[in-house]
Amino acid sequence: MAGKILLEVVTPEHLLLSKQVDEVIAPGSEGEFGVLPGHAPFISMLKIGELRYKIGDAWSYMAVLWGYAEVNQTKVTILAEIAEKAEDIDVERATKKVAEAEQRLAVGGLPSELKEAQISLEKARLRKRIAERNRR
Amino acid sequence: MPSLQSLRRKITSVKNTQKITKAMKMVASAKLKRAQSRILAFRAYGLKMRDVVANLSRRVNRDLHPLLQKRPTKVVRVVVVTSDRGLCGAFNTNIVRRALEFIRECEARGVKVEIGLVGRKGREFFKRRHWTTHEPYVDIFDRLSYEHGMEIAQTACEQYMGGKYDEAHIIYNEFKSALQQRVIVEQLFPIESLEESGEPREALGGGYHYEPDERELLDPLLMKHLQAQAFRILLESSAAEQAARMTAMDGATRNAGELIKKVTLYYNKTRQTAITKELMDIVGGAEALK
Repeated sequence: MAGKILLEVVTPEHLLLSKQVDEVIAPGSEGEFGVLPGHAPFISMLKIGELRYKIGDAWSYMAVLWGYAEVNQTKVTILAEIAEKAEDIDVERATKKVAEAEQRLAVGGLPSELKEAQISLEKARLRKRIAERNRR
Repeated sequence: MPSLQSLRRKITSVKNTQKITKAMKMVASAKLKRAQSRILAFRAYGLKMRDVVANLSRRVNRDLHPLLQKRPTKVVRVVVVTSDRGLCGAFNTNIVRRALEFIRECEARGVKVEIGLVGRKGREFFKRRHWTTHEPYVDIFDRLSYEHGMEIAQTACEQYMGGKYDEAHIIYNEFKSALQQRVIVEQLFPIESLEESGEPREALGGGYHYEPDERELLDPLLMKHLQAQAFRILLESSAAEQAARMTAMDGATRNAGELIKKVTLYYNKTRQTAITKELMDIVGGAEALK
């Protein structure tokens, strides 16, 4: 298993990451998938989840919210709507958002509002989880 | 010889013009800075998206999705992206010239051409020529947002699927640098696979796997792609416009400066001549009295 994969993460705001890595694990819409060098080419939708990649023995984490991943033998391209590196996430804000969303869900309301709250809860929880992972 | 007063007036008037062009240059350069940072930030996403879709469309069965399907070309839509305002040098002229060329090429092939427009200047041009145009989007460059890209992509997509035209191209100015713009013609529909893009064939290795299956994935992905491209093109054009205006206004300011120098010199010469003449008169008068 020689070689590395080029991992590129782009969002509408900027090119977030472009690095040679050893392994990538991404949140596909049908479940997480791992990519090692030489992976068969495929395209997947992404859901809200955690993207992690390994360089040497060190894992790095990133929050990815929707998008697409294109994989071929030497390259993984992530086109995400939103992506944030773990070290860039503001934990306090995320914690607050979790509480807010939970409260909104508890109060109840129109189905569309509930759905929105559900999504924002998911987003906030993810951010929090990833930020905390990075701390440890 | 023009009178001293009319020369003075001329100088003031050119000075005023210079003030205006200078101010416009400053405004354009401020706007350029903003537009530039937006396009540079978005370009990575837009182009990556294009690569992914181009790779995809090379491998996927083209009949699988109507946006990829090639059909016999009877009607071509040309979308011409111009600016809303003038005074930006050859920006609009270049675009329109290229558009006319393109239209002639199509007509030579015996294909009917329809014109779609973004930008007020283009609309004015084609209106003067009494050409029918479709869905002009005007006055969007001042408050450009992703929604504009979405809207344009959505309408275009519906019309294409509805069979209003069989091919669509877009002509726009690409922002190369603050000093350079490039006119680009790009095919929107059907979605093209760029043969020259990216890796050599062997790196591609066989067909793709999809998650979820092809149909489910293709639809939102292609739509997203179109939106991103539409938005990217608008951003390119808006940055290019500001850059062109800045250059044009810089030139105008410099020309005005030169003009002022010339007229001032002439004014001083004229004034000096008049003074000399008066002196001669006085000297002459005094001489006669002796």
